[in-house]
Amino acid sequence: MSVPKGRATVAGMEPPAPLVRGVKGVVLTICCAFVIVPFVGVISTSLATQQQVTDSGGFVLIPNQVTVAAYRAIFAGGVVTRAIGVSLFITVAGTAISLTCTAMLAYALSRPHSFGHKPLLMTVLFALLFTPGIIPSYLVVKDFGLLNSYWSLIVPTAVNAFNVIVLRAFFMNLPQALIDSARIDGASEATILRRVVLPLSKAAMAVIGLFYAVSYWNAFFNALLYINDTSKWPLQLVIQTYVVNNAEIGTGQLAPGSVLPPQQSLQMAILVVSIVPILLVYPFLQRHFAKGVLTGAVKG
Amino acid sequence: MTVREDRIIAADRDVLAGRRDDGRRSSRVRRAAVKLRRDRALLLLAIPGLGILLLFQYVPLLGNVIAFENYEPYFGILHSQWTGLSNFALIFNGNPAFLDALKNTLIITMLQVVFVFPVPIVLALLMNSLISERLKRLVQSILYLPHFLSWVVVVAIFQEMLGGSGLMNDWLRSHGHATVNIIGNSGLFKEMIASQVIWKDSGWATILFLAALSQIDAALYEAASVDGAGRWRQMRHITLPGLKPIAILLFILQLGNVLSTGFEQIILQQGPVGINASEVLSTYVYHNGILSGQWGESAAVGLVNGLVGVALVLGANKVAHLFGEQGIYQS
Repeated sequence: MSVPKGRATVAGMEPPAPLVRGVKGVVLTICCAFVIVPFVGVISTSLATQQQVTDSGGFVLIPNQVTVAAYRAIFAGGVVTRAIGVSLFITVAGTAISLTCTAMLAYALSRPHSFGHKPLLMTVLFALLFTPGIIPSYLVVKDFGLLNSYWSLIVPTAVNAFNVIVLRAFFMNLPQALIDSARIDGASEATILRRVVLPLSKAAMAVIGLFYAVSYWNAFFNALLYINDTSKWPLQLVIQTYVVNNAEIGTGQLAPGSVLPPQQSLQMAILVVSIVPILLVYPFLQRHFAKGVLTGAVKG
Repeated sequence: MTVREDRIIAADRDVLAGRRDDGRRSSRVRRAAVKLRRDRALLLLAIPGLGILLLFQYVPLLGNVIAFENYEPYFGILHSQWTGLSNFALIFNGNPAFLDALKNTLIITMLQVVFVFPVPIVLALLMNSLISERLKRLVQSILYLPHFLSWVVVVAIFQEMLGGSGLMNDWLRSHGHATVNIIGNSGLFKEMIASQVIWKDSGWATILFLAALSQIDAALYEAASVDGAGRWRQMRHITLPGLKPIAILLFILQLGNVLSTGFEQIILQQGPVGINASEVLSTYVYHNGILSGQWGESAAVGLVNGLVGVALVLGANKVAHLFGEQGIYQS
């Protein structure tokens, strides 16, 4: 965060009374508990045995015996395994495409006196103001023949105007002299972008990459609209069917010959699988969040 | 001096100033051409991104003409029958299903504005008063996290906590109390929606308020404290005014979102609650258009919905300007 380091509390303010501090501490602890307890519960239930799940009535907060049967079952093949593969592909391919297009567009818009700068910038800014509407978007995707194709989950959302604006603001703050000297040395625009601008923008690219990756990994709305073929379902649609709507996960949904773990554990294991990738990248990027969000807010 | 001479002198002046009467227009074109040649590599870089925005944001915008057509997929947008405003009739005649969706949308919007919007401000104030930097960062990490979960996961987690076999009812059962039915209770649906939004996004929303808090000049607090202002008066006269611009900005932006918000969140939970209590405008468009094939009418509802959203943003921005605030852009 951009709070100056070492400033214990706002200068000139007396430290609050112990009672006030106590109350604030309790309130914040409760807020954090509201977030942590569900996570712990989901993970614990995914690891619990049939016996304990039955005893507790369905939800386990602290497992007395740990089993990974549920994970073994969902990774052995079957509906969930395939959905994880689909979601991984969409996330990796989508993020790569999004970052490339966004960085190129942001760089092209980062020089205020270039040809057509104003109308191009307005085109991007105007896209922030409205959403095109469900029906027309659906018809465009349909007319391009993208229904039931993985590309329908990538291409329509590949460029986010807000991210373009954030990245553009970041590029404009880079020292212009570096870019000028590269140009004097005869570098083309593409080379300048690749060799000068991008290496200086790793933090911004990482945060925007995370935003894109999370949106692809979490994509539900587009999948619901555009993917009818159940064998092409990404993970979120599988979660909707088997966890939110409680459809029975039978042996038909798992790899042939696997033993059926408790239903509730299976459901929670699917949830954990969809949360873990986010948890893994999150700590590395957290310190850049404020920067990524704020550049856009201030300069937008 | 004759008119002719006058003109010659004017022309001389132009020549001296480096421009020629007849060449003024063409030189602008020439300058643009030079600029275009200089920047063509830059413009090439813009093509893929801009192309995607045009194809999937602007072309669908044009596709809204089907709101004025009796759209048949077989004929396509260009050859469907033009019907003028008849698709909008259900809006003005008050089709009961539409009115239900409108009513639910407005109630959920109200709840969002009144109960959801202030939460991040309070949270940010609490977090800002944490003395230990490390503790503050830890609290931030925890509270930001739900923002990165999908609505599907959030809804699933809420069911696991509050549903029939969830944590709360397990506890009630094991302590001999009656269980409470929250998930699938149509009377509590809208409050449920609001509390899920609070759980998911209010931590993340503190990020901008915390930044605004760190921008407030510490000298103001010093001066106020010298003048004898207590903590509450400092909060009222320094902290809250310092948060006002960003709060207004976020408020206006949220107004634009409210009418279209909640599609994923709501469509996931409509099953057990029933359509009457849970249908909002965006799900109405989805059900009647994509699922039932009433393309024209649904597009009309979607179009009106979108226009009202934009109008709300611009209107609220205007009001902010009238009160001397900055709003989303400066006038």
